[in-house]
Amino acid sequence: MSRTADIVSATEERLSAPLAVEEFEKGSSLWDDAWHRLKRNRLAMISLFLFIAIVLFCVVGPLLSPYDGEQQDLLKGAQGPSGEHWFGTDTLGRDLMVRTMEGGRISLLVGMVATFVALMIGVVYGATAGYLGGKVDAVMMRIVDTLYALPFTIFVILLMVAFGRSLWLIFVAIGAVEWLSMARIVRAGVIGLKKQEFVEAAVSLGYSHTRIILRHLIPNVLGPVIVIATLTVPAVMLLEAFLSFLGLGVQPPNASWGVLINEGQQNMEIFPWLLMFPAFFFALTLFSLNFLGDGLRDALDPKSAKD
Amino acid sequence: MPLLDVRNLSTSFHLRSGIVRAAQNISLTLEKGETLGIVGESGSGKSVTCYSILQLIPQPPGRIESGEVLFEGRDLLKLSESEMRSIRGKRISMIFQDPMTSLNPYLRISTQLIEAIRVHDNMDEDAALKKAITALEEVGIPDAASRVRSYPHEFSGGMRQRVMIAMALVNDPDLLIADEPTTALDVTVQAQVLDIIKERQRRLGTAVILVTHDLGVVAGTCDKVQVMYAGQVVESGTTDQVFYNPQHAYTRSLQKAIPSLQAKNEALYTIAGTPPDLSKPVLGCAFYPRCPFPKVKDQDGPAPELTELSGGHCVRDCGYCDRTKPIETVLAQDVVAEETP
Repeated sequence: MSRTADIVSATEERLSAPLAVEEFEKGSSLWDDAWHRLKRNRLAMISLFLFIAIVLFCVVGPLLSPYDGEQQDLLKGAQGPSGEHWFGTDTLGRDLMVRTMEGGRISLLVGMVATFVALMIGVVYGATAGYLGGKVDAVMMRIVDTLYALPFTIFVILLMVAFGRSLWLIFVAIGAVEWLSMARIVRAGVIGLKKQEFVEAAVSLGYSHTRIILRHLIPNVLGPVIVIATLTVPAVMLLEAFLSFLGLGVQPPNASWGVLINEGQQNMEIFPWLLMFPAFFFALTLFSLNFLGDGLRDALDPKSAKD
Repeated sequence: MPLLDVRNLSTSFHLRSGIVRAAQNISLTLEKGETLGIVGESGSGKSVTCYSILQLIPQPPGRIESGEVLFEGRDLLKLSESEMRSIRGKRISMIFQDPMTSLNPYLRISTQLIEAIRVHDNMDEDAALKKAITALEEVGIPDAASRVRSYPHEFSGGMRQRVMIAMALVNDPDLLIADEPTTALDVTVQAQVLDIIKERQRRLGTAVILVTHDLGVVAGTCDKVQVMYAGQVVESGTTDQVFYNPQHAYTRSLQKAIPSLQAKNEALYTIAGTPPDLSKPVLGCAFYPRCPFPKVKDQDGPAPELTELSGGHCVRDCGYCDRTKPIETVLAQDVVAEETP
């Protein structure tokens, strides 16, 4: 009896609660739903704020610092962290904090630009292959398979030898490798989608193929694409660090975290802070992006979430 | 000149396992403001016929083998892809079976309707939005001005089907092809959806092709009917002719299979057997293997012609079955014959 009364009163309460008209009229998109799910994932949210903090630190930091990353002071070479130089100085007396921030700019820039390039090529290529299907698809995907088989390091060394070393070449080299998996994922998604009736309905309404691909198919595969992009950024940064470590990447006096880590490990035993600070920020960035990517995957595709 | 005149349209699918002749020699005519019902069971070629008219058949594996689709005298099969695009959604629209998946889940209803309008009409966003809201009001979406901002998943199935209809009708097409528009909906919503289509037709003279396997819907809505079986039209005529005076054994069996509300404790009638495999040539009358009438002669020749009996009432059968004998008595005889060897 009392239970029934409870239910009745609860229902009445719910019914009498003023309807959130604003929200109802605006409509809540699947993106809003995903954002709500992401907000409940504490690890992902911490990672998101951490990542934003690191980006701000690297982008705004050098403007506030009294030092210049290229300004050498050999008298103050290789000093440990102090009140004057918070992260210490490197062997040429440059402020390591500014160096780390400027290195971060390059690393983050490479990570994001290369991912963006990979995203653009991969999404358009994959969506076209998946949508057209048949022989076009077969040929396009065999090209992807062939490129996949290219050994990355040799490919980069070849590029460096042929065109000389430049930052843009690193973007091209990394982008050229990373768009392949993007294309495969988008193609798989589009093949699944194009059988759905809303695509058929779009054709029956007289939409062109380009319009259907760009307006109706790609937005529907953006979920997995965003996840992959978030996970590609750290992968790209690792690649860049790897190239820089080998001396094939960013060239001094420009710095990236890879270059700084390389310089640091040469003097690891005597001046450990030269390795510690850039490595710490690099690791923190990779961690936060990977956790954020995991969180995004769970938020954008709740069915695949483990719990 | 009729609005739509389809002549001997044949569509087949070239699969690895063979050629499936999904629709053979389909002919139909439709005047402005008329409703044509196409009935038949699953796989009888109803949808393939409709898709062929708008050339929505995936090619390959599909192929329109022969025939003409004359729309206002112009053969649609001879038009270029871009000419065809200007007809789809503008002059001829289509409604699909499943309202749950027919709308893009990531776009607002307003975005989708505005897009449908602006693809065909040079109109600014605001005017298109107004038109979209009017279109939603016409299909009975309450509070359309605010609901237009919603996403498809915020609507029920019946509401989504109405949105689909609004989208198909927003450019005032001359012909609406409804491919089982009510199959996925419950009965009350079915009636509302059909009313919306009928009302529109009365007001603007839109011609409608209604594909369904619900004979009741056809009887209540259509002027003309085509009964399809195994990719062929087996009987066609006005609704009165086909429903009150069915001639083909298949049509008559179908009618017999409609469950009646009065009968109690009576097994439902089903047509024995399964439709023929369309990847093999169908010989003679397609329905012959399942025909309740006594088998008179093996069917090995070409399909019989669609012959006109009276005033536009056409039948395609072997002619050996007794068109006047009630199906019930035929069945009763069968049972007797089996019991006494």
